[in-house]
Amino acid sequence: MALEVMAQAIAPIPLDVAFRVEPGELLALVGHSGSGKTTLLRTIAGLWRPATARVRVGGTVWLDTRTGVNLAPHRRRVGVVFQNYALFPHMTAAQNVMAALDAPDLAEATRLLDLVNLHGLADRKPAQLSGGQQQRVAVARALARKPAALLLDEPFSAVDRATRDKLYAEIIALRAHLAMPVVLVTHDMNEAQLLADRMVVIEKGQVVRAGTTAQVMADAGALRAMGIREVAALLPAMVVEHLPDGLTRLEAAGGPLFLPSVEAAPGTRVRVRIMAHEVILSRARPEGLSAQNIIAGRIARIVAGHGPAVMVHIDVGGQEILARITRRAADQMALQPGETVHAILKAMSVARDHIAATAPDLTPTAA
Amino acid sequence: MDWTALYLSLRLAGWTVVILLPLSILAGRLLAYRRFRAKGLVEAIVMLPLVLPPTVFGFYMLVAFGRNSPVGELWFQLFGHQLVFTFEGLLLASVIVNLPFAIQPAQRGFEAVPVEVREAASCCGLSPWRSLWKVELPLAWPGVLTAMVLVFAHTLGEFGVILMMGGSIPGETKTIAIAIYDRVQGFDMQGAAIMSATLVAISLVTITLTYMLSARIGRRLG
Repeated sequence: MALEVMAQAIAPIPLDVAFRVEPGELLALVGHSGSGKTTLLRTIAGLWRPATARVRVGGTVWLDTRTGVNLAPHRRRVGVVFQNYALFPHMTAAQNVMAALDAPDLAEATRLLDLVNLHGLADRKPAQLSGGQQQRVAVARALARKPAALLLDEPFSAVDRATRDKLYAEIIALRAHLAMPVVLVTHDMNEAQLLADRMVVIEKGQVVRAGTTAQVMADAGALRAMGIREVAALLPAMVVEHLPDGLTRLEAAGGPLFLPSVEAAPGTRVRVRIMAHEVILSRARPEGLSAQNIIAGRIARIVAGHGPAVMVHIDVGGQEILARITRRAADQMALQPGETVHAILKAMSVARDHIAATAPDLTPTAA
Repeated sequence: MDWTALYLSLRLAGWTVVILLPLSILAGRLLAYRRFRAKGLVEAIVMLPLVLPPTVFGFYMLVAFGRNSPVGELWFQLFGHQLVFTFEGLLLASVIVNLPFAIQPAQRGFEAVPVEVREAASCCGLSPWRSLWKVELPLAWPGVLTAMVLVFAHTLGEFGVILMMGGSIPGETKTIAIAIYDRVQGFDMQGAAIMSATLVAISLVTITLTYMLSARIGRRLG
């Protein structure tokens, strides 16, 4: 059951947006604060009604200003994770989750809390939980509603960096259980890139760019709108072994990668984040370099932006990595789509915080 | 010691609380959450009994509910006796004069419930009624409790309005405050002293219990 949203308004903020999210798909609404992205989320939840709007999930109309249909929030099968979680402070974690169930069912509440790695914390009040744990309760509570659409409103903005990386990994792992459309509101392009299948970039209530994550992240205009200068590609990889010298060997599409000790067990799937401006290109396979990580690929296309740089998209076994080099270098090397190049990745450029595990270790540690 | 007067005062205070409890929840919640055009005016009217001299208030009560008023006339038709100079009349006046004490703290209590928490309740599928019981009231409870204590204590001590409305018919309208006044008028200082001390004790116990209770609720909410 896909989620279809159309919203137009003039006040309090101008809004003219339409998008569709397929079941099981995670769409990121990306924009600066005041861009209207949270207003859109509130429109879906029924907490706000724009002048003209239509919200439909599968065959069910939640809101249609033309026909006068406007279901109250509690009549919409919607799960919402609020920015500050908005947990019920007088209830335990389990009671919070049970409040969203159709009928009180402690076993089901416990199952959902286990699903978000909160085993054994069911009897804690929100005030007795860390920020990361509160976020997990909020996710479990949203899922307890058996939502036809799951809405995440900046759910990672209230926790510290280390906790955030852990929560990213958990959300990615949790997606195997999510069959409904998921909408993530965020101002963090990198977060969106990590988590979303598709992105809609919103500015002043208008869609600036919409497309798959790879498409949007390769769009210089969209990135400029978001004030992003450091473009990165995500390359799926698997942890193979931890070497005695402190490096971890990963296997990626284009060959092995050596990274400083990655905290994940062998067999764990990860995504390696490769910053475009830290990639060096070479026509021949270079010899005698200090760099350890060299991946061969085929140039998919070369996109010129404003200024002296071009973005080279390199196909690596079906995955794409990006290299930002100068136009002068591209001309001198006479790079053409279809040709083979070697991408030299400085080992240090793939630092630990650029790695997000796609499957978390399932130890119920507190973040 | 005028036990009849004390019992009457407690009965009046109890009934006032019983009537004002649901009213304070409904009105307090409405004023806390809804925005409407005449909200400022409504809040001002609710607060009016707080600033008016009790005699002025009692006078208007007398005019509004007396034998010649439409309300008084209707009451007479229905029950065969006057509204003023009866316990029912006293209760009516007490309810109205206590509106600010009942509604204001309850309103503050509901205002203290974060808007996201209320939104989360509705997004969790709770109807407005279930949201009130499961989420809002447990969180706004200290405000509502404060309101009811104020109402109870204030009713025990009310003098001016009752004097204007009821006169002093024993067992019907002669409350402990009126009785104390009567004793002093009759130079029975010892009787007045005993009753005054009793009133002080009751008020003190009520308020202490309330504070202890709300502190416990506060701890429970962590």
